[in-house]
Amino acid sequence: MSFISYLIKGISLGSVYSMIALGYTMVYGIAKMLNFAHGDVIMVGGYIIFIVMSVSGLNPIVGVLLAIILCTLLGITIERVAYKPLRKASSLAVLITAIGVSYLLQNVALLIFGADTKSFSSVIKLPALKLAGGALTISGETLVTIPLCLIIMVALNIFIKKTKTGRSMIAVSEDKDASVLMGINVNKTIAITFAIGSALAAVASALLFSSYPSLSSTSGAMPGIKAFVAAVFGGIGSIPGAMIGGILLGVIQILSSAYISSQLSDAIVFFILILVLLVKPTGILGKVMHEKV
Amino acid sequence: MTRLKALNKSTRNNIIVLGIILVIYVICRILMAAGAMSNLMQGLLVPLCYYSILAISLNLTVGILGELSLGHAGFMCIGAFMGAFFTKCTENSISNVFIRYGIAMLLGAVCAALFGGLIGVVVLRLRGDYLAIVTLAFGEIVKNIINALYVGIDNKGLHISLQDAAALKLAEGGEVIVNGAKGITGTSRDTTFTVAILMLILVYFIIVNLINSRSGRAIMAIRDNRIAAESVGIDITRFKLLAFTISAAMAGIAGVLYSHNISSLVATPKNFGYNMSIMILVFVVLGGVGNIRGSIVAAVILTLLPEYLRFLADYRMLIYAVVLIVMMIFNWNPACIAWRKNHPIKGVLQSVIKKKEGSASGKEGGKAS
Amino acid sequence: MKKIKKVLSLLVISSMVVASFAACGTKKSGETFTIGGIGPITGDAAVYGINVKNGAEIAVKEINAAGGINGAQIVFKFEDDVADGEKAVNAYNTLKDAGMHMLMGTVTSGACASVMEETNVDNMFQLTPSASSTDVLKNGNVYQVCFTDPNLGITSAQYIAGKGLAKKIAIIYDSSDIYSSGIEAAFKVEAGNQGLEIVAEEAFTADSNSDFSVQLQKAKDSGAELVFLPIYYTQATLILSQAAAIDYKPIFLGCDGLDGILTVENFDTSLAEGVVLMTPFSAESTDEKTASFVKAYQSAYNNETPNQFAADAYDAIYIIKAAAEKAGIKPDMSVSEIGTAMKEAIQQISYDGLTGAQMTWAATGEVNKQPRAYKIEGGKYVSAE
Repeated sequence: MSFISYLIKGISLGSVYSMIALGYTMVYGIAKMLNFAHGDVIMVGGYIIFIVMSVSGLNPIVGVLLAIILCTLLGITIERVAYKPLRKASSLAVLITAIGVSYLLQNVALLIFGADTKSFSSVIKLPALKLAGGALTISGETLVTIPLCLIIMVALNIFIKKTKTGRSMIAVSEDKDASVLMGINVNKTIAITFAIGSALAAVASALLFSSYPSLSSTSGAMPGIKAFVAAVFGGIGSIPGAMIGGILLGVIQILSSAYISSQLSDAIVFFILILVLLVKPTGILGKVMHEKV
Repeated sequence: MTRLKALNKSTRNNIIVLGIILVIYVICRILMAAGAMSNLMQGLLVPLCYYSILAISLNLTVGILGELSLGHAGFMCIGAFMGAFFTKCTENSISNVFIRYGIAMLLGAVCAALFGGLIGVVVLRLRGDYLAIVTLAFGEIVKNIINALYVGIDNKGLHISLQDAAALKLAEGGEVIVNGAKGITGTSRDTTFTVAILMLILVYFIIVNLINSRSGRAIMAIRDNRIAAESVGIDITRFKLLAFTISAAMAGIAGVLYSHNISSLVATPKNFGYNMSIMILVFVVLGGVGNIRGSIVAAVILTLLPEYLRFLADYRMLIYAVVLIVMMIFNWNPACIAWRKNHPIKGVLQSVIKKKEGSASGKEGGKAS
Repeated sequence: MKKIKKVLSLLVISSMVVASFAACGTKKSGETFTIGGIGPITGDAAVYGINVKNGAEIAVKEINAAGGINGAQIVFKFEDDVADGEKAVNAYNTLKDAGMHMLMGTVTSGACASVMEETNVDNMFQLTPSASSTDVLKNGNVYQVCFTDPNLGITSAQYIAGKGLAKKIAIIYDSSDIYSSGIEAAFKVEAGNQGLEIVAEEAFTADSNSDFSVQLQKAKDSGAELVFLPIYYTQATLILSQAAAIDYKPIFLGCDGLDGILTVENFDTSLAEGVVLMTPFSAESTDEKTASFVKAYQSAYNNETPNQFAADAYDAIYIIKAAAEKAGIKPDMSVSEIGTAMKEAIQQISYDGLTGAQMTWAATGEVNKQPRAYKIEGGKYVSAE
């Protein structure tokens, strides 16, 4: 019984990672860049919802919608100002700029909102599901997160495969220069990718902080890194991979701290990640890379 | 100056760099002796050296081998703890500081190299970002394990536990040396500016010589086209491992310098986590990937920058982030590159350089002849 | 182009070296005392550093308004160390360049262990508001305002046994944090001495400090009646809400790190109902001193409520004042002379502050005061002695 209960906890932690990893993998898949600032966009989303809900006292839905709009704008702005000028530069240069943006967001948030932790009120009002006479509890947050993750995953897949914009995203990710020749506006496509990625970050922030309601200027950083790991786990660039990677990461983290050692659970998670990559060098659902001579 | 020109290009460059480092060393010494150097600057001299070492050693992996590593701080961490551990253990038995510190340095480098080799083997099959994530994972594993590691010593020998200090069951008079999250405290502060500069020169020459050797060319061939390199008979495994091992060993040396410079050694996300690895990567990228001297300059500038921004108080790290972004864009944006070509620094600085040239080339020439 | 780069790099480096000229020449004025402070004001631990900085500034303002120390005004300078040992040494050197006479810092234990070697060499007087590790006492040159970690662990165990609160105890602690693991280690030993049974001992780390479901589940399954939380309030808010989610209602007992839990913005304080804290300070206290401090703090800083870090720092400045008056130091004395005089003086004074009455100091630097136990009832601290 306790195993099942740990498993459920792992899945609920993992579903939050999945949600964040979706945004990571989306941006990586198309723009081929590790957007280290993704976690910090989540933090910004968290503050927006927090302010709307606790200060203005509006409905949580309004908060989430506003966060989605503002985070999308923020994502587009970041892309426009910091990443677009480096489109032709090496991917390392963009990586470092992303880190710069991450520091910037953290420090701006620190100056605006102060260093005190804020307690986030859950946007999800669903009661917890109690099974087996209360021995197994599934929180309302988990009940919402997992289906939402699935819906977003399917929607993204359909969007990418069926719409014109989506297909041009695939084209850009396959070959930027060739897609220019095909009449695709690369800049616009990448901007849309960032907009979607940031909107996903806003949704993720609502779910992350509803499950773990502690909000400070650095609280996006660690979930961001973990989600990045999850995205790699599942095969970065693959949308279903991000979901599977996230859930697996959560389950492994919970089970290892439950059955092996709570002190060493981080090390165990990363160790398993290395093992997985040794067996499947491009992650669980990653595409096999063919090298051209 | 003519004799200098007659030498081959890499030797000439090496002599110039050596000259510059020595001139800086002498200037610093004179300033210190005259009491004209601020305390802050005096305290920063050793860190500048080990950050430079870290930057050039990572440049070997990133710039020369062409693999992105996000776990360089992990090797530094291993070197730092190994070196400090040895020093703490033998503080009473080996009284000669040079021998003790020398062995600590060697041990730190060797241990880091072992792990570097290990990671090298693990990542042989991986490419690009997957390799990066494994190195990141490695760095986090090292940090996490060291935070849970307890090592004590008593008359029966070493006791190791991954639980807590009480589980070591030390005999009377035993001492806990590595104390979990508290790390190692009270390491003898053996790193001096002279030692640090010597190590910087040593590491610089090891890496520059490696790059200009047969092995170095083989490593760069792997970077430029792995399959082509393989087809001409370059042993990929061997050279990849070589680069990883040497890079890790150098980071280990930097770690030993670090742990013998400040007396309390703890593994926090700040000093040995991925944040630090990324910081070193920033040095490398800003200095120019594959440009060893550039790494040193970038490491120096980016270490000094936040210190000299202290007057900004709360806004310090904010401005630092902005500077970082602007520098990257200025360095890499095609429009900026074009602008720089049209407005060469040459022209702007020409007059300044001309004034200084007499003294600068005089110093270089003096060292070279 | 290559050559230009070369010359450029030379220029940059030499200008950096020359830049050190600019900062040189220690400014020593004979009329004011410069007290330095070091702590994190950016990064993860910023909340502690900012509280210390603010608390100290209030004390400095009050003292200056009342005529200063021995007739000399105080200049207070605070430098950021991001809670890192290496950066703390840089901050210390910066303060030395600014002519610091005495150091009130550092905020965190790890950073303090690095800086104390520097103050030891310079014989600089160092009083830390909140670095509670026993490692900082090693040289005998650092004086503490706060309790040592083992001290808190031991008093907590004794309090539980003395009050008969519980027999079966679970511990949830941060194994990557010096403060938390220090208390935990001492608590475990003393709990054994007191005949308490530790049924679960679960750790978390700075890298995974948001999900506590495993730790809580284990505590619940082991039948612990009391969960000991030697951690900071940020994580405690998460633990309390996650415990409520699984219907686990043991007694929660924490140390001074839990102080501040009631002032977390938007936190549902009903979750903290019944939590017991061993803390020297409570912003809820009604005594005159605390009330006027809290009021001054709130009016100066955006209506924020000070936590124990601010109170420790406020006390630290007044302790420096008391010791300085006892020692009769003057701003024109050298750092080392001040250091020697202050160390002697602080061992002779007894100080009544916000964080304890009749505080006295041993030669090791350890403070002697009593923690007070509080219980949270109706969203307020109530004495639980």
